[in-house]
This record gives sequence, C-alpha cells and structure tokens, in this order.
Amino acid sequence: MTATEEHAAPIGFGRMERKEDVRFIRGHGTYVDDVRLPGMLYGAVLRSPYAHARIASIDTGAAEAHPKVRAVITGATLDTLNLAWMPTLSYDTQAVLATDKVRFQGQEVAFVVAEDRYSARDALELIDVTYEPLPAVIDARHALDPGAPVIRDDKEGKTDNHIFDWESGDAAKTDEIFANAEVTVAEDVLYPRVHPAPLETCGAVADFDKITGKLTVWETTQAPHAHRTLIAMVAGLPEQKIRVISPDIGGGFGGKVGIYPGYVCAIVGSIVTGKPVKWVEDRSENLMSTAFARDYHMRGEVAATRDGKILAIRVNVLADHGAFNATAQPTNYPAGFFSVFTGSYDLTAAHCKVTGVYTNKAPGGVAYACSFRITEAAYLVERMVDVLAHELRADPAELRMRNLLRPEQFPYASKTGWEYDSGDYPRTLRLAMDIAGYEELRKEQEAERARGHLMGIGVSFFTEAVGAGPRKHMDILGLGMADGAELRIHPTGKGVLRISVQSQGQGHETTFAQIVAEELGIPPADIEVVHGDTDQTPFGLGTYGSRSTPVSGAATAVVARKVRERARIVAAAMLEVDAADLDWEKGRWFVRGDPDQGKTMTEIALAAHSTVELPDGVEGQLDATCVYNPPNLTYPYGAYICVVDVDPGTGKVSVRRFVAVDDCGVRINPMIVDGQIHGGLADGVGMALMEVISFDPDGNCLGGSFMDYLLPTALECPSWELGATVTPSPHHPIGAKGVGESATVGSPAAVVNAVIDALAPYGVRHADMPLTPAQVWRAIQGRPFRTDLAIS
Amino acid sequence: MQITVTVNGTEYTRDVEPRLLLIHFLRDELGLTGSHWGCDTSNCGACVVWLDRTPVKSCTALAAMASGREVATVEGLEKDGQLDPVQQGFVACHGLQCGFCTPGMMMTARWLLDHNPDPSEQEVREAISGQICRCTGYENIVRAVRWASEHGAAEHREPAQHVEAEVTA
Ligand code: FES
Ligand code: FES
Repeated sequence: MTATEEHAAPIGFGRMERKEDVRFIRGHGTYVDDVRLPGMLYGAVLRSPYAHARIASIDTGAAEAHPKVRAVITGATLDTLNLAWMPTLSYDTQAVLATDKVRFQGQEVAFVVAEDRYSARDALELIDVTYEPLPAVIDARHALDPGAPVIRDDKEGKTDNHIFDWESGDAAKTDEIFANAEVTVAEDVLYPRVHPAPLETCGAVADFDKITGKLTVWETTQAPHAHRTLIAMVAGLPEQKIRVISPDIGGGFGGKVGIYPGYVCAIVGSIVTGKPVKWVEDRSENLMSTAFARDYHMRGEVAATRDGKILAIRVNVLADHGAFNATAQPTNYPAGFFSVFTGSYDLTAAHCKVTGVYTNKAPGGVAYACSFRITEAAYLVERMVDVLAHELRADPAELRMRNLLRPEQFPYASKTGWEYDSGDYPRTLRLAMDIAGYEELRKEQEAERARGHLMGIGVSFFTEAVGAGPRKHMDILGLGMADGAELRIHPTGKGVLRISVQSQGQGHETTFAQIVAEELGIPPADIEVVHGDTDQTPFGLGTYGSRSTPVSGAATAVVARKVRERARIVAAAMLEVDAADLDWEKGRWFVRGDPDQGKTMTEIALAAHSTVELPDGVEGQLDATCVYNPPNLTYPYGAYICVVDVDPGTGKVSVRRFVAVDDCGVRINPMIVDGQIHGGLADGVGMALMEVISFDPDGNCLGGSFMDYLLPTALECPSWELGATVTPSPHHPIGAKGVGESATVGSPAAVVNAVIDALAPYGVRHADMPLTPAQVWRAIQGRPFRTDLAIS
Repeated sequence: MQITVTVNGTEYTRDVEPRLLLIHFLRDELGLTGSHWGCDTSNCGACVVWLDRTPVKSCTALAAMASGREVATVEGLEKDGQLDPVQQGFVACHGLQCGFCTPGMMMTARWLLDHNPDPSEQEVREAISGQICRCTGYENIVRAVRWASEHGAAEHREPAQHVEAEVTA
C-alpha cells in the first residue's frame, strides 16, 4: 500500500514506506500478549517486597486451594528439577525463583498458574512468605567496604561483593602524561541507573506438547536463537524440539535480550499443567526486575596542553551490576565496549579501570540502546571535554574541532585497541554547527545572559563501535556473534529471505527486502522477509548493539550476491555463452558488448527451475545461504548540538532546539534511519532530564512506575533537526554502519552540556543526570545531589 | 454481571466480572487485540479507545462502565476498505516503529482532527501528551497527524453526536 503517489518504492535503497505498517495501522499486529491458544492458562509472579532477606518459609496452601489455580511453583519445586538457578549471559547464575534469600526488591519468589489473569493475581495474595530481613547493600560505593553484607553467599567461598576488575589501555604511559601535563581536570560523573522501558513489557506464552515433546515459546525476545540454545541448556530439553517465536515486539532497546525468570516459569508451568501458559509482566515488574541500564560511577580525568590539545584520558569506574551479574555482552568484555571512551579524539595515551560489584538491586546493566556500554563511555568523554573547556575557558565546539581525528588518520588504531573504520569528523561537526547557526547562537546567548536569562548550548561528538562482532573475539556464552541468512528465489522470480535477527520496530521486513532489491533488482515488494521464528530462520545472535544491519544486513547482501552468481551461470546457459562474458546491471545479466542479449532475474529464476541444461556440477535453482562473520566492528558517529532554556526560579529545563548530524555510512532507507535517530534523541532528553531508577536506604525502588519513572512526552521533545553525512564503511558489503543506538549514545551529553552551559553564570561545572528541576535548582545553589540515592 | 457493549458498531453481550477492565474486555473477551496495555498507572495511553466518541484510557475504565455505550477502537478506523487519513498519514510519515503505541495515538489523532481539523504542531503535541511513544521521538507522529489534516481528515469527520466537555486521554 502506498499512501502517497510521490513515494513510489525504489528497487533498492531509498525512502520507502514500510511493509510492516499494513498490519500495525489496522491493529493487526501479533504481539506476545495477543497470542491466544486453546485452553491457555495465565501465570503471575510473586515478588519480594525486601531488597535483602532470608526466606524462612513459604506457605502456598491457600493459593493452591483457590478454585481457579492449577499450579503454584516455588524455588523448592524448581530445585527438584534442577531449575531454581539459571546461567546468566555473563557466566554468573541467577535465581529463577528464590530458594535461600531474596536479593533485590521485586525478585521472583513464586509463580502461580490459574485459569485467568485476575485469578492468578488473586492467588498471589494467598501465598504466605515469612522473610527475615537482612541489611542491604544499596550504595555501590560501599559495596566493597569491609564488613558489607555478602549478597552472593550462594557462591561457594564468596566473602565480598566483588565481581570483576578489568582494565584497558596503557596505565604507565597515561600516568606519565598526567604527571607532566600543563593542565589536568577531573570530575566524578555518574551515569545513573535507567531503564529501557519499551512500551510493551516482557512476556511469554509457553506451549509444551507432551506427546511430541515439542516446546513452542512465544517470547518478547531480541535474540530468539540464543534463547532457544539457552532454554535447551537450562531445561535440559533437546534443542531440535524447541521453537522460539519472537512475534511482533513492542520495542526492545536491549531490555529483551536476556532470559528472565518469568519465561522459565511459563515453560515450567506449561510442562507441569500440560496446557499453554501465558505470562506477561506489569509495568512495575518491568521497571523493578528486568534489565536496567548504566549505573556507572565514573571518575574521569583529562590531561591537556594549555592551548587545548588533549593528550590523555584516565578513567576509573565503579560498575553496579545488581544482585546477579546478568549483563548481556561479549564474554571477553565484562565492561562491554566501554574502552571506546577515548571517543573521537586523537590522544597520546589512555587508560581505564572498571570494577564491577554486586548490590541489592535488580540485575542487568547492558540495555537501553547502549551499544555495550558505549553510552556511558561517550557520555563520560563528552562531559569531560566540556569540563576541560570550562577550565580553559575555551569554546566547546572549537575545542572538539581542534582534537577530532582527521580524515587521513583512518583507519585509526585507538589507544585502547579499537580500529575505527572510516570517518570525516570535522565535516560532520561543521555541518551540525552550520545547521544550528552556532556562531549566532553564541551571540544570542550573550545577549540573553545580559538580560539575566539562562540559555545553554551543548555540543557532543560521539563515535560508536557496533555490529558485534568478529567471531574470534566476540561471543555470548560461547556462541560466536556471526549471523546467517538464507535466500530462496521462487520460479516466478519472487523471493523469501530468512534472517537470524528480528525486529522490535526497526523495520527489517522493509530494509532487508531493500538490500536484496539493491543486489538483485527484484522489487522489495516481491521479497518476503521471514524473521523471529527459530524453526524458520538460520541461527544468529539477534538484534541489539545496532548489529542487525552491520552483521545480518551484510549476510543478506552476501547471500544475494551468491544468488546473483548462480543466476549468472543459468543466464549463461540460457544465452549459450560463457558466464565470464556476462555483465550485470540491476536485475539482469547481459552479454558484454551486446546489451540486448540478456536475461532478467525473472526469466533466469524460471529457467533455473526448468529443464534448461546447466553445466556439469551446477545444481538447478538459485537458492543460497550464508553465515557472515564480520571482519571488524563498524564505527558510526555524529555531532549533536542542543539548545536549552533554564528557568532560574524553578530549575526547569526546556529543550528549545536539537540538531543531530549522523554519519552511519550508507543509508538503506533514509526515512527509517531518521526515525531511529528521532527515537534515540528522545531517549537522550529523557535520560538527561527525567529518567532515573534510584533507591532509598532500605533498597526500595523509587522508579517502579511511570508515575515515578518519567519518560519524555511530545511536549518535552522539540522538533528534531537532522542532517547527514555519508562515509561508507570500507569493510561492510554495502558500506552501512548501523544506527539504531547512535542517538541514544550521543544525545545525553549534548543535553547535559547545554544545561551546564546555561548555568555557567553560577560557576556550575558539573551536575549528575537527571537534571530535574530539583537537581538544577540545587546545582544553582552549588550543591547538586547524588541522583542514584533518595534525595537527602 | 451481564453487560452489553457496542464496539465498532457491533453489539456484544457478555457475562463479566464487575472488576474487569475495559482493555481486558476488548482484548481477552472480544479478541480485539489492536488496543494495547502498557502501564499500571494510566500514564502511557497504549490503551486509548473512544467511549461514546471521547478518547479514554481503557485500562482505567471498567468494562461495566461501557455497558449500553459505544466503544470505538483501532479496528474500526478503516471504513469500507478505505483507510482513515490518520492511518495513511502514519504510514506516509513513518509515524510508527514498533507499532505498540500506534493504535492509541491514532484514536487520539482522529478525535483531535474531528474537533480541530487544522491543528498546529503544538496542538498536536498537546493532544498526544498523555501518551508515550518509546520509538519515534514523536516527530513523525506529529507529522503524520498534520499529513492527515492536509489530506482530507476534515471530510471524514462524522457528525458529533455528543460534545464532551473533557478529554481524558
Ligand atoms: S495501559 Fe497505560 S494508560 Fe492505559
Ligand atoms: S512506535 Fe513503538 S512505542 Fe510508539
């Protein structure tokens, strides 16, 4: 369906309306909670009211006696199946249902299966749990204190809350530069705990067929194949009997990568009752128990010359991982890709050290469009550059321009071991400054300040490393991060593409068809994209870390090229010439030097399935498969400028303008790319100004509903002003870099830098997010507070 | 208790629990899963439907309250095989990504255009400010509503039978 004539679909890359919209605008999407099976039962989870407590007893008698209850499952039940604990994606363990202790408020304690949603909830009230409260570790900065309560006493020999120490870069060289630097600045920078909060919460429908032994699970998952393998390992079921379906997903943002206890409980519930079981969490459960993001307590230091050449950056991080180390990230990277903290600058040396600790908070850490912790890294370096600008009384845009990597330095080997693939950073920053009218804005700011108005201009420049990743370095729980694609071309020249990644709104059904169209000249409308069903798609690690286009998009281009080469052989047979004598133009092979002699893909497809005689050893048909193992990550980047007005009386921040120039390499569908950026910019405004999950001293979650966890609405968001530069990735088959997380990574610093800039007349150099009216007002008073704890 | 509710022009009579929420009635009892549920606190608007031609958050209304009244949902926007301009606008302007907020957004947009056929950008933003979208940053939703306004939303206006004093969405 085309709503407008002027937007005819391209055969290949270009703006094109989305194929998936046809169902969504009619209310005909199929999300997990829309799945209804005959005889289906409903599950609900009983959760801990305490952050840390020993479980003395659980009495499920009254719940079991409820006339509509079919099963009550506790940690003790699971223990008999060896399922009370499950592996996390970081080689730790996590309780499915608590047996010994509860370790965070909202932790799963029991699971009820009943005939309807409401009865399942009613029955939760009938379960009697006796808790013996324990002192809780809430402030991460005290997690390693001698005598701190040991959270993970389930782990043999564990006597503290330490998880890991990890470092990157050259400590000695960095220290030496700091010791001799003309200027050094340091700042404590907190990236507080936030939550991706997709509009659809997490849920599952599990259907175990006792007779065939087949388990089908509809799940809100971004990684259906990885889940299938994990379920096989956890539940001891044969993997070929497990089918994971990730149907339409109402947003993921990294919150739907891991396996949650609710999924496991739904599966056990179905096995126990012999009926399909649906479990869908409510919003409080979502915010309090599923993957949070960030919670990085960072100390950043910059060494520079007096005229503003940045020489070195040193970072120390205390990482709060919650009660179980369940972050979803490549095995060798316990702090994700945080070591990209050198950002977009040409340094002499850099070093970071990260220490991970347990606290009595929900597990998680890698979520919310963070590109494996690059959000934290980009925020830190971009905040620190502004701290340096403050110290040197330099213009933040000029200071960045002075230090940005130059185009001729690419490919660039960073001081912490990354190889940036391509970029022209100064051009992108210049374009953002031109769109914003940077010089005029500074003049306006001066005039506003003279009138006593607080206007701020914030700049950020980010570089991401996405598309994880090369198999030899990157895996999740031992599963290499390569992705498969299969392309079938039917006799009539229409095709079916099966991909290992799935969509939570990114529009894969459209863009992946466009990749095939670009490579084969078959219109996108004629390519059906199948995704999100492990029985129908090849193995791959899923959609997160902006990896779909860099990895699976590459797999798609490669598989289409394989089909094209097969088509060449068939065309040669049809034309009775040597395949080497054929040339390709989009959609057609023709005889070199005789363009009229050619065959279209439609003609070739039919011939490939016909009796046309093919050379010895050539099978018929055109279908092909591919597994793509990326040679390197891709490095999208961008320059953002934010303009804010601050009310000095209330501390309220209004975002007046936001300019974003992104370079994500080749754009498959610019409309979808812009949409991804819009969404990420709203995330940045939200995190910078409103969003935080904090805790009181007892470990009560203070961000457990949308009344407390504030998300930006249309009124807090300005009309985004976008620009683009295109620097293709040299190693990606179509030169694309991925964009899904760019704006979420790059925008918070621009907003915070703008607010701090607005507060310059008060001498403010830093205040932690979120810059709520209370925080801004306190910053004006010279005493910003710690946003991870209850305000004191 | 027995209730009779007209949904998208069809009358349904069902025995329901008095506490049953309208959103669950629509989704679980009638199988109209186009309207979504996204929060516990009436903040997100994924559940917006019309109750007697006024947008309401159906997670915050009881099914019983809809008895004898008319409910309109996203499934009723398309009339005689003809998409509503609001639906077309959302497609044309990429006003949706995951699609979870979309039905609620479109129901509010339809109501806005019925009462203000040519809303300014700010008026559109205010109209949808009780609803959350996590994907689009709102930009293209605003453009979609403006698109619908420019492409015949006014002609699709149905005569207002009740003029409500308050909008709860
Ligand atoms: S479900 Fe969130 S407002 Fe109704
Ligand atoms: S499109 Fe995903 S929440 Fe709006």
